[in-house]
Amino acid sequence: MGMLDPIKGFGVTFSTMFKKVVTEEYPEVFYPTAPRYHGRHQLNRHPDGLEKCVGCELCAWACPADAIFVEGADNTEEERYSPGERYGKNYQINYLRCIGCGLCIEACPTRSLTMLNFYELADDDRQKLIYTKEDLLAPLLPGMEAPPHPMRLGDDEQDYYVRGPELARQAGQDRQSSEVSAQ
Amino acid sequence: MTLAHQKPSETAQTEVPEGHVRLTIDGQEVIAPKGELVIRTAERMGIVIPRFCDHPLLDPAGACRQCLVEVSMGGRPMPKPQASCTITVADGMEVKTQLTSPVADKAQKGVMELLLINHPLDCPICDKGGECPLQNQAMAHGRTDSRFVDRKRTFPKPLKISTQILLDRERCVLCQRCTRFSQQIAGDPFIDLLERGAQQQIGTSETAELEKSASHTPDGTPFQSYFSGNTIQICPVGALTSAQYRFRSRPFDLVSSPSVCEHCSSGCAERTDFRRGRIMRKLAGDDPDVNEEWICDKGRFAFRYTTARDRIRKPLVRGEDGELHEASWPEAMRLAAEALLKARDGKGIGVLTGGRLTLEDAYAYQKFARVAARTNDIDFRARAHSAEELQFLAAQVAGTTPEHVSFASLEKAPIVLCVAFEPEDEAPIVFLRLRKAARKMGTRVAFVGQWTTSSVRKTSGELLACEPGGEAAALDGIAEHAKDIVEALSAEGAVILVGERAATMPGLFAAVQRLAERTGARVAWIPRRAGERGALDAGAVPTLLPGGAPVTDAGARAALEKLWRLPEGSLPAEPGRDTAGILAAAAAGELDALVVGGVDPDDLPDPRAAREALDKVGFVLSLEMRPSAVTERADVVLPIAPTAEKAGTFRNWEGRDRPFEVTLQNTGAVPDCRVLDTLAVEMDVDLFTQTPKAARADFVRAANSVTRPAATPVEAAPEAEQAKAETNGHVKLSTWRQLIDNGSLQVEEPHLAGTARPAVLRLNEATAQRHGIVPGEPATIRTERGELSFPAEIADLPDDVVWVPSRSPVGVYEALGVGHGGLVQLSAGTAAGAESAEGPAGETGGAA
Repeated sequence: MGMLDPIKGFGVTFSTMFKKVVTEEYPEVFYPTAPRYHGRHQLNRHPDGLEKCVGCELCAWACPADAIFVEGADNTEEERYSPGERYGKNYQINYLRCIGCGLCIEACPTRSLTMLNFYELADDDRQKLIYTKEDLLAPLLPGMEAPPHPMRLGDDEQDYYVRGPELARQAGQDRQSSEVSAQ
Repeated sequence: MTLAHQKPSETAQTEVPEGHVRLTIDGQEVIAPKGELVIRTAERMGIVIPRFCDHPLLDPAGACRQCLVEVSMGGRPMPKPQASCTITVADGMEVKTQLTSPVADKAQKGVMELLLINHPLDCPICDKGGECPLQNQAMAHGRTDSRFVDRKRTFPKPLKISTQILLDRERCVLCQRCTRFSQQIAGDPFIDLLERGAQQQIGTSETAELEKSASHTPDGTPFQSYFSGNTIQICPVGALTSAQYRFRSRPFDLVSSPSVCEHCSSGCAERTDFRRGRIMRKLAGDDPDVNEEWICDKGRFAFRYTTARDRIRKPLVRGEDGELHEASWPEAMRLAAEALLKARDGKGIGVLTGGRLTLEDAYAYQKFARVAARTNDIDFRARAHSAEELQFLAAQVAGTTPEHVSFASLEKAPIVLCVAFEPEDEAPIVFLRLRKAARKMGTRVAFVGQWTTSSVRKTSGELLACEPGGEAAALDGIAEHAKDIVEALSAEGAVILVGERAATMPGLFAAVQRLAERTGARVAWIPRRAGERGALDAGAVPTLLPGGAPVTDAGARAALEKLWRLPEGSLPAEPGRDTAGILAAAAAGELDALVVGGVDPDDLPDPRAAREALDKVGFVLSLEMRPSAVTERADVVLPIAPTAEKAGTFRNWEGRDRPFEVTLQNTGAVPDCRVLDTLAVEMDVDLFTQTPKAARADFVRAANSVTRPAATPVEAAPEAEQAKAETNGHVKLSTWRQLIDNGSLQVEEPHLAGTARPAVLRLNEATAQRHGIVPGEPATIRTERGELSFPAEIADLPDDVVWVPSRSPVGVYEALGVGHGGLVQLSAGTAAGAESAEGPAGETGGAA
């Protein structure tokens, strides 16, 4: 230990004062994530507001953490939530379990389940971290109508999928919808 | 290498047994019985050939072509690949499967590609997804992408072919398993192949009308099969699904547990699939000795009574205000025990168990009756019954095992005579075996009944028609009018099956026994409910101890007293009262309390008297799952566990034990045996039936400690001699319950209820004309008590006999006060005065 060592130590401290700060001032300053960051999930809608989820449970099947719970049910002509025969009646994601791997969104056959960049998933109550269908459903954009309602964009579900991109462009939201987040 | 070489050479040295052939599959030599299908031989060797249409219990069809293999006979190859599910083994045959033959492999891949051409690939929304043979085989052997670029053939979907069964023709690969099942096994050919070529499809009616009249075959006969659910289970794709399970869950959500059906006395093996503590579906288990791979729709679909909204989950005690209030178990137990102790020291307690108990629970009931209530007033028969029946059960049925008569012996029998027994309605799996026996083994099936029912028709049966109530006379006179049947019955292995309806006909059991003695045929009794046989063997009857010894046998009583550690002479020695006797005594004030299990007064011959007895008796303890006519009148109601939530054993009609474990764990529901054990402890008596396991062990010890006496002849009830009542313009009533009706275990099953056979009144043409009844138009039967109306249908009944279903939906006993063999007045039209019809119907509605 040399005589100058304490001064050297101060020197390090002093020189650090002029370096660029790496600390993030979260939560006062909110930095955006990388665009493809795996944040909170969202259950998307067709341009007329019908849900894309068909309750197939493939997301739950793919989930390595067993964080997703789905129950399907029958659409009826009187009460329709999605095009086609089947919709997701009950949908829950447990964010205490979710590891954000994204296998669920890869598994989703209808692009219903996607991930947002939203990452503020912490709470002091375990119950609140089980997100239900109401929490996860995408907000209704202009031109959308809250289900249940009949199919507005075609005669059967084929029209929704085959003409999907076109319909989305018509609704002017092919880009928007991916930007909509839960803020 | 040496090992591999040794094996075939060893086979080559072994002698080919008689009736067998030697062939080679994938280079391995194998000896197979003649007539075996190649696909089956390969399966035994562990070589899996993909298949869709092949099913071991159905006749070969060769419809899907997925199982193509290369075959050469004596070195000469067959020109094309052959379907291994239709080709039988032959000596010197050389088979190469997809594992060793590129030709077979290519052929199978080609077939798979063709099968998928019109398949919608909607696996995400298909109920079969995850357990689908087509999906599995496409993933394992299929191409990764489709070369088919054109538009797929589509159909509107789903098509309701009954309220329960939904058909999705796009998914179908036309394997014809469902149509073959319906034709061959169930005998209900309601679905078949329609159209040709690319438009070929499964359907029920003319395609043009398919959408509207899908549930009707062309001649207008509605589609009903009691076995339609099996087509869903054997469908190798998701073309047939049930409305009940539709979109409810995925295979990976489900926990499967082996179980036993709680509905009829066949005791079918089942697989219960549940998710988060709720049963999602039931499937047929595979038990070659009992149900093979089939179950009836009631067994498959009727299980939501366990989750019925009105299920009783906490003890209920009748308060000062006359209403039932929830109470704690200790409080309810204390109140019940106090009242029962008072009643026991007073005029006594009667115990009615109902016919749906497990062996263990029935044993606990009888031990409770004999040890805690100190009475033999216990009876499991919650239906029409007689002393003659009890005598017959004691002499001929108690203690018999499957060695006496079993499902297998029905197949081997030269003749099966069904007396007062409608197998399709009362024990559907017995019906399937009878049909199989008739179809495959040439068994003659004869029925002593009133008309050519579907059971008679589908078993190619012979009907020995008689008037309702005249069955005993018909049996006695059988030697004159059906000599060939008597001769057939005298042959080795002949069987007589008696149904529960026989108890309504005095003298019939004695006649059955006389016929059996004359011919040497074996007699089996097939009750309708799952618990009756077990309850009989457990001793839940007024005259028998567990193990079948009579209560009058002092030695047996002493042995049980020793086993149960009771003071000597404490078991009651006098035979008790039967169900009717107990209810009559209760109504007359000769009993102070009733302990009632699952009993529905509407099943009893006199529902009004039964309800009156329950009203009048001082104290009623009800052990029930759901509110009933008994709980309405009970002072204390104790909730008990349904079958899925407890362990136990059903003893089926053969006498075969069908044990099952708890399916839904930790629901908090307790079985009857435990409730009764705790209640007895409150009454200062130990039953040692805390758990089904303990109860069973105790039962086995008790049954082994007594000896069953030799069979005694059944004495015909005195009523048998009564002179023929003057008919006086009345007609005779024939009636029994249909499989799917208003039974209490079928609640909350709208889809199943929709497949029930329509309730109609059947009569012959002459009778209809005489009374001015037009087929299809309503007809009414009435007695002094009330009347019932049904649409009329012509059938081959004897003159002046009508048939109606017993509880579809209104109880015949409740409405008319008479049952099978009773006299009723017949007229055309609906109930004469609408007001007068209100009376009985309204009351029944209230009670049900």
